[in-house]
Amino acid sequence: MRYEAPDSIEGAVGLLARTPGACHVLAGGTDLLVRLRSETLEPETILDIKRIPGMHEITPEDGGWRIGAAVSGAQINEHDGLCADWPGVAEAVGLIGSTQIQGRATLAGNLCNASPAADSVPAMVAAGALARIAGPDGTRDVPVAEVPTGPGKTSLDTGEFIASIFLPARPERSGDAYLRFIPRTEMDIAVVGCAVSLTLDADSTVDSARVALGAVGPTVVEVETAAEALVGTQVREGAQQQLATVCSAAARPIDDKRGTEHFRTHVAGVLARRAAAIAYARAKGDRA
Amino acid sequence: MSQIHVTTTINGDATEFLCEPEETLLDVLRDRLGLTGSKEGCGTGDCGACSVTVDGRLVCSCLMLGAEAQGARVETIEGMADGDDLHPLQQTFLDHAGLQCGICTPGILVAAKSLLERNPAPSEEEVRYWLAGNLCRCTGYDKIVRAVMAAADDMRRAS
Ligand SMILES: Cc1cc2nc3c(=O)[nH]c(=O)nc-3n(C[C@H](O)[C@H](O)[C@H](O)COP(=O)(O)OP(=O)(O)OC[C@H]3O[C@@H](n4cnc5c(N)ncnc54)[C@H](O)[C@@H]3O)c2cc1C
Ligand code: FES
Ligand code: FES
Repeated sequence: MRYEAPDSIEGAVGLLARTPGACHVLAGGTDLLVRLRSETLEPETILDIKRIPGMHEITPEDGGWRIGAAVSGAQINEHDGLCADWPGVAEAVGLIGSTQIQGRATLAGNLCNASPAADSVPAMVAAGALARIAGPDGTRDVPVAEVPTGPGKTSLDTGEFIASIFLPARPERSGDAYLRFIPRTEMDIAVVGCAVSLTLDADSTVDSARVALGAVGPTVVEVETAAEALVGTQVREGAQQQLATVCSAAARPIDDKRGTEHFRTHVAGVLARRAAAIAYARAKGDRA
Repeated sequence: MSQIHVTTTINGDATEFLCEPEETLLDVLRDRLGLTGSKEGCGTGDCGACSVTVDGRLVCSCLMLGAEAQGARVETIEGMADGDDLHPLQQTFLDHAGLQCGICTPGILVAAKSLLERNPAPSEEEVRYWLAGNLCRCTGYDKIVRAVMAAADDMRRAS
Protein backbone atom coordinates (compact mmCIF):
# COMPACT_ATOMS: atom_id res chain seq x y z
CA MET A 1 0.00 0.00 0.00
CA ARG A 2 1.08 3.58 -0.70
CA TYR A 3 0.13 6.69 1.26
CA GLU A 4 -0.19 9.93 -0.68
CA ALA A 5 -1.02 13.35 0.75
CA PRO A 6 -1.17 15.84 -2.12
CA ASP A 7 -1.26 19.56 -1.38
CA SER A 8 -3.69 20.62 -4.11
CA ILE A 9 -7.03 19.56 -5.58
CA GLU A 10 -5.35 19.12 -8.98
CA GLY A 11 -2.71 16.90 -7.41
CA ALA A 12 -5.39 14.77 -5.77
CA VAL A 13 -7.40 14.45 -8.98
CA GLY A 14 -4.26 13.53 -10.92
CA LEU A 15 -3.40 10.79 -8.46
CA LEU A 16 -6.96 9.48 -8.39
CA ALA A 17 -7.18 9.41 -12.17
CA ARG A 18 -3.76 7.98 -12.93
CA THR A 19 -2.83 5.72 -10.03
CA PRO A 20 -3.07 2.10 -11.11
CA GLY A 21 -5.12 -0.14 -8.81
CA ALA A 22 -7.61 0.81 -6.15
CA CYS A 23 -7.09 4.30 -4.74
CA HIS A 24 -9.22 5.34 -1.78
CA VAL A 25 -9.77 8.84 -0.47
CA LEU A 26 -8.99 9.27 3.23
CA ALA A 27 -10.82 12.03 5.12
CA GLY A 28 -11.47 11.31 8.82
CA GLY A 29 -10.73 7.62 8.35
CA THR A 30 -13.43 6.50 10.78
CA ASP A 31 -14.92 4.18 8.17
CA LEU A 32 -11.87 3.61 6.00
CA LEU A 33 -9.51 2.48 8.78
CA VAL A 34 -12.07 0.08 10.17
CA ARG A 35 -12.38 -1.48 6.71
CA LEU A 36 -8.60 -1.56 6.24
CA ARG A 37 -8.24 -3.41 9.47
CA SER A 38 -10.98 -5.92 8.74
CA GLU A 39 -9.33 -6.41 5.34
CA THR A 40 -12.61 -5.90 3.51
CA LEU A 41 -10.58 -3.28 1.68
CA GLU A 42 -7.08 -3.74 0.32
CA PRO A 43 -6.26 -0.54 -1.53
CA GLU A 44 -3.04 -0.03 -3.41
CA THR A 45 -3.13 3.66 -2.52
CA ILE A 46 -4.64 5.75 0.24
CA LEU A 47 -5.08 9.36 -0.75
CA ASP A 48 -5.21 11.68 2.26
CA ILE A 49 -7.01 14.93 1.33
CA LYS A 50 -6.34 16.68 4.64
CA ARG A 51 -3.24 18.54 3.46
CA ILE A 52 -5.08 20.28 0.64
CA PRO A 53 -5.56 23.97 1.57
CA GLY A 54 -9.16 24.89 2.40
CA MET A 55 -10.27 21.36 3.27
CA HIS A 56 -10.52 22.23 6.97
CA GLU A 57 -12.45 25.46 6.52
CA ILE A 58 -16.06 26.53 6.94
CA THR A 59 -16.60 29.67 4.85
CA PRO A 60 -19.64 31.86 4.26
CA GLU A 61 -20.71 31.89 0.60
CA ASP A 62 -23.82 33.47 -1.00
CA GLY A 63 -25.54 33.59 2.38
CA GLY A 64 -24.89 29.87 2.93
CA TRP A 65 -21.93 27.84 4.13
CA ARG A 66 -19.22 25.98 2.27
CA ILE A 67 -17.83 23.15 4.35
CA GLY A 68 -14.45 21.71 3.33
CA ALA A 69 -14.31 17.94 2.91
CA ALA A 70 -12.03 17.47 5.91
CA VAL A 71 -14.12 19.52 8.38
CA SER A 72 -15.00 17.30 11.35
CA GLY A 73 -18.32 16.91 13.11
CA ALA A 74 -16.84 18.59 16.19
CA GLN A 75 -15.79 21.62 14.12
CA ILE A 76 -19.30 21.93 12.68
CA ASN A 77 -20.90 21.85 16.10
CA GLU A 78 -18.47 24.50 17.39
CA HIS A 79 -19.45 26.87 14.56
CA ASP A 80 -22.16 29.18 15.91
CA GLY A 81 -23.23 30.66 12.57
CA LEU A 82 -23.63 27.32 10.86
CA CYS A 83 -25.44 25.81 13.86
CA ALA A 84 -27.83 28.75 13.97
CA ASP A 85 -28.67 28.38 10.28
CA TRP A 86 -28.82 24.58 10.01
CA PRO A 87 -29.41 23.13 13.49
CA GLY A 88 -30.80 19.92 12.00
CA VAL A 89 -27.66 19.26 9.96
CA ALA A 90 -25.48 20.06 12.97
CA GLU A 91 -27.44 17.73 15.26
CA ALA A 92 -27.36 14.95 12.65
CA VAL A 93 -23.60 15.08 12.19
CA GLY A 94 -23.24 15.46 15.96
CA LEU A 95 -24.90 12.08 16.45
CA ILE A 96 -22.14 10.25 14.60
CA GLY A 97 -20.20 8.11 17.05
CA SER A 98 -18.40 9.28 20.18
CA THR A 99 -16.39 12.39 21.06
CA GLN A 100 -13.36 10.68 19.51
CA ILE A 101 -15.21 9.90 16.27
CA GLN A 102 -16.56 13.47 16.19
CA GLY A 103 -12.99 14.74 16.19
CA ARG A 104 -12.48 13.15 12.76
CA ALA A 105 -15.71 12.16 11.00
CA THR A 106 -16.69 14.31 8.00
CA LEU A 107 -19.91 15.00 6.11
CA ALA A 108 -18.41 13.95 2.77
CA GLY A 109 -17.04 10.74 4.33
CA ASN A 110 -20.44 9.92 5.79
CA LEU A 111 -21.96 10.53 2.35
CA CYS A 112 -19.36 8.59 0.31
CA ASN A 113 -19.26 5.67 2.71
CA ALA A 114 -22.82 5.29 1.40
CA SER A 115 -24.30 3.46 4.36
CA PRO A 116 -28.12 3.60 4.15
CA ALA A 117 -28.08 4.51 7.86
CA ALA A 118 -25.64 7.45 7.57
CA ASP A 119 -26.97 10.08 9.97
CA SER A 120 -25.94 13.31 8.30
CA VAL A 121 -27.22 12.35 4.85
CA PRO A 122 -31.00 12.75 5.37
CA ALA A 123 -30.31 16.12 7.05
CA MET A 124 -28.17 17.29 4.12
CA VAL A 125 -30.81 16.14 1.63
CA ALA A 126 -33.56 17.97 3.53
CA ALA A 127 -31.36 21.07 3.62
CA GLY A 128 -30.91 20.95 -0.16
CA ALA A 129 -27.14 20.58 0.23
CA LEU A 130 -24.87 20.36 -2.80
CA ALA A 131 -21.70 18.32 -3.08
CA ARG A 132 -18.89 20.00 -5.03
CA ILE A 133 -17.17 17.22 -6.92
CA ALA A 134 -13.65 17.82 -8.23
CA GLY A 135 -12.48 15.72 -11.16
CA PRO A 136 -10.33 15.67 -14.27
CA ASP A 137 -12.74 18.08 -16.06
CA GLY A 138 -12.92 20.60 -13.23
CA THR A 139 -15.67 20.81 -10.65
CA ARG A 140 -19.40 20.13 -10.74
CA ASP A 141 -22.08 20.66 -8.10
CA VAL A 142 -24.62 17.91 -7.56
CA PRO A 143 -27.44 17.51 -5.04
CA VAL A 144 -26.24 15.36 -2.15
CA ALA A 145 -29.07 12.87 -2.78
CA GLU A 146 -27.49 11.94 -6.12
CA VAL A 147 -24.18 10.82 -4.62
CA PRO A 148 -25.06 7.48 -2.96
CA THR A 149 -26.45 4.92 -5.42
CA GLY A 150 -26.69 1.90 -3.12
CA PRO A 151 -25.05 0.46 -0.02
CA GLY A 152 -21.32 1.27 -0.34
CA LYS A 153 -21.74 2.70 -3.85
CA THR A 154 -21.58 6.26 -5.16
CA SER A 155 -22.07 8.03 -8.47
CA LEU A 156 -18.52 9.45 -8.39
CA ASP A 157 -16.42 8.64 -11.45
CA THR A 158 -12.78 7.59 -11.51
CA GLY A 159 -10.62 10.57 -10.67
CA GLU A 160 -13.37 12.35 -8.74
CA PHE A 161 -13.71 13.24 -5.09
CA ILE A 162 -15.85 15.61 -3.05
CA ALA A 163 -14.00 18.84 -2.29
CA SER A 164 -16.72 20.47 -0.21
CA ILE A 165 -20.36 20.43 0.82
CA PHE A 166 -22.48 23.55 0.38
CA LEU A 167 -25.41 24.35 2.64
CA PRO A 168 -27.48 27.03 0.89
CA ALA A 169 -28.63 30.30 2.41
CA ARG A 170 -31.28 29.68 4.98
CA PRO A 171 -34.44 31.57 4.00
CA GLU A 172 -36.22 33.69 6.62
CA ARG A 173 -38.60 31.75 8.91
CA SER A 174 -36.98 28.40 8.24
CA GLY A 175 -36.00 25.52 10.45
CA ASP A 176 -34.69 21.99 10.17
CA ALA A 177 -34.40 18.99 12.47
CA TYR A 178 -33.09 15.42 12.46
CA LEU A 179 -34.13 12.54 14.68
CA ARG A 180 -33.05 8.92 14.67
CA PHE A 181 -34.18 5.86 16.52
CA ILE A 182 -31.51 3.67 18.11
CA PRO A 183 -31.97 0.98 20.76
CA ARG A 184 -29.48 2.73 23.08
CA THR A 185 -28.96 6.39 23.97
CA GLU A 186 -25.53 6.79 22.30
CA MET A 187 -23.08 5.03 20.01
CA ASP A 188 -25.36 3.01 17.77
CA ILE A 189 -26.45 2.82 14.15
CA ALA A 190 -29.77 4.36 13.15
CA VAL A 191 -32.66 1.92 12.82
CA VAL A 192 -34.54 4.78 11.17
CA GLY A 193 -33.54 8.42 10.67
CA CYS A 194 -35.67 11.34 9.53
CA ALA A 195 -34.87 14.93 8.62
CA VAL A 196 -37.32 17.74 7.98
CA SER A 197 -36.54 21.21 6.70
CA LEU A 198 -39.26 23.78 6.20
CA THR A 199 -39.89 27.44 5.45
CA LEU A 200 -42.94 29.36 6.68
CA ASP A 201 -44.77 32.30 5.18
CA ALA A 202 -45.56 35.45 7.19
CA ASP A 203 -48.58 33.89 8.94
CA SER A 204 -46.68 30.77 10.05
CA THR A 205 -48.08 28.46 7.39
CA VAL A 206 -45.61 26.05 5.75
CA ASP A 207 -44.61 27.47 2.39
CA SER A 208 -42.12 24.80 1.36
CA ALA A 209 -40.72 21.65 2.94
CA ARG A 210 -38.32 18.81 2.33
CA VAL A 211 -38.42 15.50 4.17
CA ALA A 212 -35.82 12.72 3.93
CA LEU A 213 -35.66 9.28 5.51
CA GLY A 214 -32.57 7.22 6.30
CA ALA A 215 -32.13 3.48 6.92
CA VAL A 216 -35.45 2.53 5.31
CA GLY A 217 -34.09 1.67 1.86
CA PRO A 218 -30.79 1.11 0.03
CA THR A 219 -30.19 4.87 -0.13
CA VAL A 220 -31.60 7.97 1.51
CA VAL A 221 -35.21 8.61 0.41
CA GLU A 222 -36.60 12.07 -0.22
CA VAL A 223 -40.34 11.83 0.40
CA GLU A 224 -42.15 14.27 -1.86
CA THR A 225 -45.58 13.28 -0.60
CA ALA A 226 -44.38 14.26 2.87
CA ALA A 227 -43.53 17.75 1.68
CA GLU A 228 -47.04 17.96 0.19
CA ALA A 229 -48.53 16.87 3.52
CA LEU A 230 -46.84 19.81 5.24
CA VAL A 231 -47.21 22.65 2.73
CA GLY A 232 -50.19 24.92 3.47
CA THR A 233 -50.51 23.68 7.06
CA GLN A 234 -49.38 24.84 10.48
CA VAL A 235 -48.14 21.33 11.32
CA ARG A 236 -51.07 20.60 13.61
CA GLU A 237 -52.43 17.16 14.45
CA GLY A 238 -54.12 16.44 11.12
CA ALA A 239 -51.07 17.44 9.07
CA GLN A 240 -48.79 15.47 11.38
CA GLN A 241 -50.95 12.37 10.96
CA GLN A 242 -50.95 12.71 7.20
CA LEU A 243 -47.16 13.22 7.27
CA ALA A 244 -46.69 10.07 9.36
CA THR A 245 -48.89 8.05 7.01
CA VAL A 246 -47.03 9.04 3.85
CA CYS A 247 -43.60 8.59 5.47
CA SER A 248 -44.51 5.10 6.63
CA ALA A 249 -45.78 4.38 3.13
CA ALA A 250 -42.51 5.58 1.58
CA ALA A 251 -40.36 3.40 3.85
CA ARG A 252 -39.01 0.18 2.27
CA PRO A 253 -36.93 -1.08 5.15
CA ILE A 254 -35.15 -4.35 5.63
CA ASP A 255 -36.16 -6.73 8.38
CA ASP A 256 -33.35 -7.65 10.76
CA LYS A 257 -32.56 -8.19 14.40
CA ARG A 258 -32.19 -4.46 14.99
CA GLY A 259 -35.72 -3.73 13.84
CA THR A 260 -38.49 -5.56 12.03
CA GLU A 261 -39.88 -4.18 8.81
CA HIS A 262 -43.15 -3.42 10.58
CA PHE A 263 -41.40 -1.55 13.39
CA ARG A 264 -39.17 0.49 11.08
CA THR A 265 -42.14 1.44 8.91
CA HIS A 266 -44.06 2.64 11.93
CA VAL A 267 -41.10 4.51 13.41
CA ALA A 268 -40.49 6.34 10.12
CA GLY A 269 -43.87 8.00 10.57
CA VAL A 270 -43.37 8.73 14.28
CA LEU A 271 -39.97 10.34 13.74
CA ALA A 272 -41.28 12.38 10.81
CA ARG A 273 -44.02 14.01 12.87
CA ARG A 274 -41.70 14.70 15.79
CA ALA A 275 -38.98 16.12 13.54
CA ALA A 276 -41.56 18.26 11.73
CA ALA A 277 -42.78 19.68 15.04
CA ILE A 278 -39.23 20.61 16.04
CA ALA A 279 -38.42 22.11 12.64
CA TYR A 280 -41.66 24.10 12.79
CA ALA A 281 -40.86 25.47 16.25
CA ARG A 282 -37.38 26.43 15.07
CA ALA A 283 -38.78 28.11 11.98
CA LYS A 284 -41.02 30.23 14.22
CA GLY A 285 -37.93 31.42 16.02
CA ASP A 286 -37.97 29.07 18.95
CA ARG A 287 -34.34 28.00 19.19
CA ALA A 288 -34.96 24.95 21.38
CA MET B 1 7.29 -0.95 0.08
CA SER B 2 8.99 2.17 1.29
CA GLN B 3 8.65 3.49 4.79
CA ILE B 4 7.35 6.98 5.45
CA HIS B 5 9.38 9.49 7.42
CA VAL B 6 7.20 11.44 9.84
CA THR B 7 8.14 14.48 11.93
CA THR B 8 5.83 15.28 14.79
CA THR B 9 5.65 16.53 18.38
CA ILE B 10 4.71 14.02 21.05
CA ASN B 11 4.05 15.26 24.59
CA GLY B 12 6.01 18.40 23.75
CA ASP B 13 9.09 16.61 22.36
CA ALA B 14 10.03 16.84 18.70
CA THR B 15 9.86 13.24 17.50
CA GLU B 16 10.69 11.54 14.22
CA PHE B 17 9.79 8.04 13.17
CA LEU B 18 9.59 5.79 10.15
CA CYS B 19 6.42 3.79 9.57
CA GLU B 20 4.69 1.62 7.01
CA PRO B 21 1.83 3.32 5.13
CA GLU B 22 -0.80 1.07 6.73
CA GLU B 23 0.52 1.40 10.28
CA THR B 24 -1.83 3.15 12.67
CA LEU B 25 -0.71 5.91 15.01
CA LEU B 26 -1.49 3.51 17.86
CA ASP B 27 0.92 0.91 16.42
CA VAL B 28 3.58 3.57 15.99
CA LEU B 29 3.19 4.83 19.56
CA ARG B 30 3.30 1.36 21.08
CA ASP B 31 5.63 -0.61 18.84
CA ARG B 32 8.03 1.99 17.50
CA LEU B 33 8.16 4.64 20.20
CA GLY B 34 7.67 2.45 23.28
CA LEU B 35 4.71 4.54 24.46
CA THR B 36 2.59 1.61 25.56
CA GLY B 37 0.22 3.59 27.78
CA SER B 38 -2.30 3.85 24.94
CA LYS B 39 -4.06 0.48 24.71
CA GLU B 40 -5.68 -1.42 21.92
CA GLY B 41 -9.04 -2.72 23.03
CA CYS B 42 -10.78 -3.12 19.70
CA GLY B 43 -8.87 -1.42 16.88
CA THR B 44 -12.16 -0.22 15.38
CA GLY B 45 -13.01 3.01 17.19
CA ASP B 46 -15.49 1.48 19.61
CA CYS B 47 -13.70 1.31 22.97
CA GLY B 48 -11.58 4.48 23.32
CA ALA B 49 -8.66 2.71 25.06
CA CYS B 50 -6.36 4.19 22.41
CA SER B 51 -7.51 7.81 22.96
CA VAL B 52 -4.94 10.55 22.39
CA THR B 53 -5.23 14.17 21.35
CA VAL B 54 -3.95 15.37 17.99
CA ASP B 55 -3.65 19.15 17.63
CA GLY B 56 -5.84 19.43 20.72
CA ARG B 57 -8.61 17.17 19.39
CA LEU B 58 -9.52 13.90 21.10
CA VAL B 59 -9.26 10.99 18.63
CA CYS B 60 -8.86 7.22 18.54
CA SER B 61 -5.24 6.56 17.60
CA CYS B 62 -6.33 3.20 16.16
CA LEU B 63 -8.35 5.06 13.51
CA MET B 64 -5.51 7.24 12.33
CA LEU B 65 -2.46 6.34 10.27
CA GLY B 66 0.97 7.11 11.66
CA ALA B 67 1.64 9.00 8.45
CA GLU B 68 -1.23 11.37 9.22
CA ALA B 69 0.65 12.62 12.29
CA GLN B 70 3.09 14.55 10.08
CA GLY B 71 3.46 18.04 11.55
CA ALA B 72 0.89 17.36 14.27
CA ARG B 73 1.02 17.84 18.01
CA VAL B 74 0.20 14.54 19.72
CA GLU B 75 -0.51 14.20 23.45
CA THR B 76 -0.68 10.78 25.10
CA ILE B 77 -1.17 9.49 28.63
CA GLU B 78 2.61 9.50 29.08
CA GLY B 79 2.53 13.31 29.02
CA MET B 80 -0.13 13.67 31.68
CA ALA B 81 1.77 13.55 34.97
CA ASP B 82 4.35 16.27 35.56
CA GLY B 83 7.38 14.20 36.56
CA ASP B 84 6.34 12.54 39.81
CA ASP B 85 3.37 14.85 40.27
CA LEU B 86 0.18 13.19 39.19
CA HIS B 87 -2.40 15.17 37.25
CA PRO B 88 -5.45 15.91 39.45
CA LEU B 89 -7.46 13.41 37.38
CA GLN B 90 -4.93 10.66 38.02
CA GLN B 91 -5.10 11.42 41.74
CA THR B 92 -8.92 11.37 41.91
CA PHE B 93 -9.03 8.10 39.94
CA LEU B 94 -6.87 6.59 42.68
CA ASP B 95 -8.87 8.22 45.49
CA HIS B 96 -12.26 7.19 44.07
CA ALA B 97 -11.20 3.75 42.84
CA GLY B 98 -11.97 4.78 39.27
CA LEU B 99 -10.06 1.80 37.92
CA GLN B 100 -9.83 -1.92 38.42
CA CYS B 101 -7.96 -3.80 35.69
CA GLY B 102 -6.79 -0.47 34.27
CA ILE B 103 -6.97 -1.22 30.55
CA CYS B 104 -9.49 1.53 29.88
CA THR B 105 -7.86 4.00 32.27
CA PRO B 106 -5.26 5.74 30.08
CA GLY B 107 -7.87 6.41 27.40
CA ILE B 108 -10.39 7.63 29.92
CA LEU B 109 -7.88 9.94 31.58
CA VAL B 110 -6.85 11.46 28.25
CA ALA B 111 -10.51 11.88 27.27
CA ALA B 112 -11.47 13.38 30.63
CA LYS B 113 -8.54 15.82 30.52
CA SER B 114 -9.68 16.98 27.11
CA LEU B 115 -13.22 17.52 28.48
CA LEU B 116 -12.01 19.58 31.46
CA GLU B 117 -9.87 21.75 29.20
CA ARG B 118 -13.01 22.70 27.29
CA ASN B 119 -15.50 22.63 30.11
CA PRO B 120 -14.05 23.09 33.61
CA ALA B 121 -17.45 22.56 35.27
CA PRO B 122 -19.24 19.74 33.43
CA SER B 123 -22.50 18.27 34.68
CA GLU B 124 -22.68 14.55 35.33
CA GLU B 125 -24.63 14.15 32.11
CA GLU B 126 -21.97 16.02 30.15
CA VAL B 127 -19.26 13.78 31.60
CA ARG B 128 -21.22 10.66 30.67
CA TYR B 129 -21.87 11.82 27.11
CA TRP B 130 -18.29 12.95 26.58
CA LEU B 131 -17.00 9.58 27.77
CA ALA B 132 -19.58 7.50 25.86
CA GLY B 133 -16.84 6.31 23.51
CA ASN B 134 -14.70 4.97 26.35
CA LEU B 135 -15.77 1.51 27.41
CA CYS B 136 -14.98 -0.04 30.79
CA ARG B 137 -15.79 -3.64 31.56
CA CYS B 138 -14.91 -3.43 35.25
CA THR B 139 -16.06 -0.39 37.15
CA GLY B 140 -19.63 0.17 36.03
CA TYR B 141 -18.65 3.80 35.22
CA ASP B 142 -20.04 5.36 38.37
CA LYS B 143 -16.69 5.68 40.10
CA ILE B 144 -15.13 6.98 36.92
CA VAL B 145 -17.73 9.71 36.61
CA ARG B 146 -17.34 10.64 40.27
CA ALA B 147 -13.58 10.79 39.92
CA VAL B 148 -13.88 13.15 36.93
CA MET B 149 -16.35 15.39 38.78
CA ALA B 150 -14.03 15.46 41.82
CA ALA B 151 -11.02 16.36 39.68
CA ALA B 152 -13.03 19.16 38.07
CA ASP B 153 -13.80 20.51 41.56
CA ASP B 154 -10.16 20.26 42.65
CA MET B 155 -8.91 21.98 39.52
CA ARG B 156 -11.43 24.80 39.81
CA ARG B 157 -10.48 25.34 43.41
CA ALA B 158 -6.78 25.34 42.57
CA SER B 159 -7.14 27.90 39.78
C1 LIG C 1 -17.28 3.83 16.63
C2 LIG C 1 -17.95 4.37 15.41
C3 LIG C 1 -19.24 4.89 15.51
C4 LIG C 1 -19.89 5.39 14.38
N1 LIG C 1 -21.15 5.89 14.52
C5 LIG C 1 -21.81 6.37 13.44
C6 LIG C 1 -23.13 6.90 13.58
O1 LIG C 1 -23.70 6.95 14.67
N2 LIG C 1 -23.75 7.37 12.46
C7 LIG C 1 -23.15 7.34 11.25
O2 LIG C 1 -23.76 7.80 10.28
N3 LIG C 1 -21.89 6.87 11.08
C8 LIG C 1 -21.21 6.36 12.15
N4 LIG C 1 -19.95 5.86 12.00
C9 LIG C 1 -19.34 5.82 10.68
C10 LIG C 1 -18.40 6.99 10.33
O3 LIG C 1 -17.86 7.59 11.46
C11 LIG C 1 -19.12 8.06 9.49
O4 LIG C 1 -19.64 7.49 8.32
C12 LIG C 1 -18.19 9.24 9.14
O5 LIG C 1 -18.95 10.36 8.76
C13 LIG C 1 -17.21 8.92 8.02
O6 LIG C 1 -16.43 10.06 7.75
P1 LIG C 1 -14.85 10.00 7.62
O7 LIG C 1 -14.39 11.35 7.24
O8 LIG C 1 -14.25 9.38 8.80
O9 LIG C 1 -14.75 9.00 6.36
P2 LIG C 1 -13.53 8.11 5.83
O10 LIG C 1 -13.40 6.89 6.66
O11 LIG C 1 -12.32 8.94 5.62
O12 LIG C 1 -14.14 7.72 4.40
C14 LIG C 1 -15.34 6.97 4.28
C15 LIG C 1 -15.54 6.57 2.81
O13 LIG C 1 -15.80 7.71 2.00
C16 LIG C 1 -14.74 7.92 1.08
N5 LIG C 1 -14.49 9.37 1.13
C17 LIG C 1 -14.22 10.10 2.25
N6 LIG C 1 -14.13 11.40 1.94
C18 LIG C 1 -14.33 11.50 0.61
C19 LIG C 1 -14.37 12.60 -0.31
N7 LIG C 1 -14.17 13.86 0.12
N8 LIG C 1 -14.62 12.35 -1.62
C20 LIG C 1 -14.84 11.06 -2.04
N9 LIG C 1 -14.82 9.99 -1.22
C21 LIG C 1 -14.57 10.20 0.09
C22 LIG C 1 -13.58 7.08 1.53
O14 LIG C 1 -12.77 6.68 0.46
C23 LIG C 1 -14.30 5.92 2.20
O15 LIG C 1 -14.74 4.99 1.25
C24 LIG C 1 -19.25 5.37 13.12
C25 LIG C 1 -17.94 4.87 13.02
C26 LIG C 1 -17.29 4.37 14.15
C27 LIG C 1 -15.90 3.84 14.03
S1 FES D 1 -8.56 0.46 20.26
FE1 FES D 1 -9.07 2.35 19.37
S2 FES D 1 -11.11 2.56 19.96
FE2 FES D 1 -10.66 0.57 20.70
S1 FES E 1 -10.97 -0.85 34.74
FE1 FES E 1 -11.03 -2.68 33.59
S2 FES E 1 -11.88 -1.98 31.73
FE2 FES E 1 -12.07 -0.27 32.95
